Amino acid sequence: MKTVEEIKAAIEAAVPNAGVEIVANPSVSGQRSLRLRPSHALAVARFLRDDEELKLDFLSNVTGVDWPDKQIAEKVMVTRTVTRTVDGVEQAVEETFEETQKRVEPGYLEVVYHLYSVAKKHGPVILRMRTVNRTDQVELPSMTPLWRSAEFQEREVFDLYGVVFTGHPDLRRLLMWDAFKDHPMRRDYVEPDDFEYEPTAHDEVMKRAQAHHVAAGTVSAEQAPVARHEGSGAGQ
Amino acid sequence: MSGTEVVREKQAADWNRPRHIEPDGEGELLEVSMGPHHPSTHGVFRMDVALDAERVIRLKPVFGYLHRNHEKIAEGISYLASMPYTDRLDYICPLTNNWAYALAVEKLTGQEVSERAEYLRVILGELTRIQNHASSIGFLIQEMGASGTPLMYAFREREKILDLFEELTGARMMVNYMRFGGCRVDASPAWLDRARKVVAGLPGFVDEFEQLLTGNEILMARCQGVGILRPELAVNAGVTGPMLRASGVNYDIRKVDGYGIYSRFKFRVPLGDHWDVYDRFMIRLLEMRESIGILEQALKDIPGGPVMDPKARIRGFRPKPGEAYGRIEAPKGELGFYLISDGGPNPYRYRVRPPSLINLTVLEDMCLGHDIADVVLIFGSVDIVLGEVDR
Repeated sequence: MKTVEEIKAAIEAAVPNAGVEIVANPSVSGQRSLRLRPSHALAVARFLRDDEELKLDFLSNVTGVDWPDKQIAEKVMVTRTVTRTVDGVEQAVEETFEETQKRVEPGYLEVVYHLYSVAKKHGPVILRMRTVNRTDQVELPSMTPLWRSAEFQEREVFDLYGVVFTGHPDLRRLLMWDAFKDHPMRRDYVEPDDFEYEPTAHDEVMKRAQAHHVAAGTVSAEQAPVARHEGSGAGQ
Repeated sequence: MSGTEVVREKQAADWNRPRHIEPDGEGELLEVSMGPHHPSTHGVFRMDVALDAERVIRLKPVFGYLHRNHEKIAEGISYLASMPYTDRLDYICPLTNNWAYALAVEKLTGQEVSERAEYLRVILGELTRIQNHASSIGFLIQEMGASGTPLMYAFREREKILDLFEELTGARMMVNYMRFGGCRVDASPAWLDRARKVVAGLPGFVDEFEQLLTGNEILMARCQGVGILRPELAVNAGVTGPMLRASGVNYDIRKVDGYGIYSRFKFRVPLGDHWDVYDRFMIRLLEMRESIGILEQALKDIPGGPVMDPKARIRGFRPKPGEAYGRIEAPKGELGFYLISDGGPNPYRYRVRPPSLINLTVLEDMCLGHDIADVVLIFGSVDIVLGEVDR
């Protein structure tokens, strides 16, 4: 089979401005991958599927990966003017400090595709794509029009990671129920506050129940449910 | 045009959309929600079916009733700690799940596997394949109405194999047996003798099973020409395992990747030529025969030596940052594990490629145009376990 470099060269010859990058893999497995630009991903994927030499007709695996915002602490030398009392006189002196600055590297969601060829019996060729960020620009092109095997797997990535696949024919949640709001496979996912339901909650349980409703945003603090039997008339 | 021809034409024209059949005739459509507790669904699984009289014109599978976010749990615990949890994916075939996971971690860390362990893995993997295929055929026949007898024949044999598993690993199903670099405990000579005895009895069982079933008129009438899956669609939809080979595509990962020591064994890959439910049933029977051949070779050649690689580290290791995808030919299809390491003691990303879920992609295509009674058969011929579908 062709090496990753040869595949990259073949893609660049076939799809102009494809902008394919090779992603290194320092681990022992040595499975390197190709990062695609979402704008050209479909054209590149179509080439990989239909090219006579590669013929990657079998999309085996679709994976979502979450890379949250990374806080990077860096030591920087900073020069500042400070007022110091030298020999009893106040003076402005320039001094250099070492300071730790925090920089935030924005996070993104990634989707990884493992391609094989059934016709030529080779593989894997690994493709990856990144979203712009993790919040509002999470669209990536769907591979389902090219490989049907992506249909359920992309639905799963949409469900568990929140990547929106444009061009997917039936993008719904796969494993969680439709009314579910969050994406549980994200690294910063917080499980909903779990409290035992009691029809006549009181004391500790009632406090937790009220806090839960307020935290979940279903009611405001004033409207937090007060547990009492409906229609009992007590306290009205 | 018969229902089958409609399906063939639909699949040939375009495997994308729209994927439903227009109702013919007058009257209303009937929407049926099959499951999640229907006896034929092998667990908790639901199909939303739209019927025109008895004919299926739309079918949408609904998943997630057994979802416990296995992948998220595995990301929070060490590499070794996920091993017993993989038993619970496809609980009919825990040993092949162990194997696939061990293979992926070995790829990630560059761990060698001891020779004796490789043989033991092949022996256990093929025993697993036989008991999986036997019971899946048994379930299929049961769904056809033969309640009991064929399934009990299959389970009698499965029980013998599970006894072997229990003796070696301590558990019939939740085995937690394989380790990175080998297997947890060694097989005694007495165990190998007993395994040889069980394997010697298997051809007789397959003969008996075949005699009982293959020529059965009801089985042929119900299965032949039902649930056709074209090879182009099967490959495009990522279908693997006996399902893919029943569609006539020669793709067996044991041959293609030759993982473990499979390249040393002689075996053939049976292929279907009618692409229907009957072919899937036959492929499983024939694969059992090939597995018996592999078992005989492996049990003859198994060498002595340690069952774990002496340099193996099974706990407390931190793989270099990077990723690995390892896959095996599990009884149900391609079972893969994709691991990303960030240099920590836990996997940063742990992904299971479940053959059961991906083989269901084509369920609707196979069922369109058939009667609702055939949906049960077609679904049974896919051979799924919900523990793996929903993870």
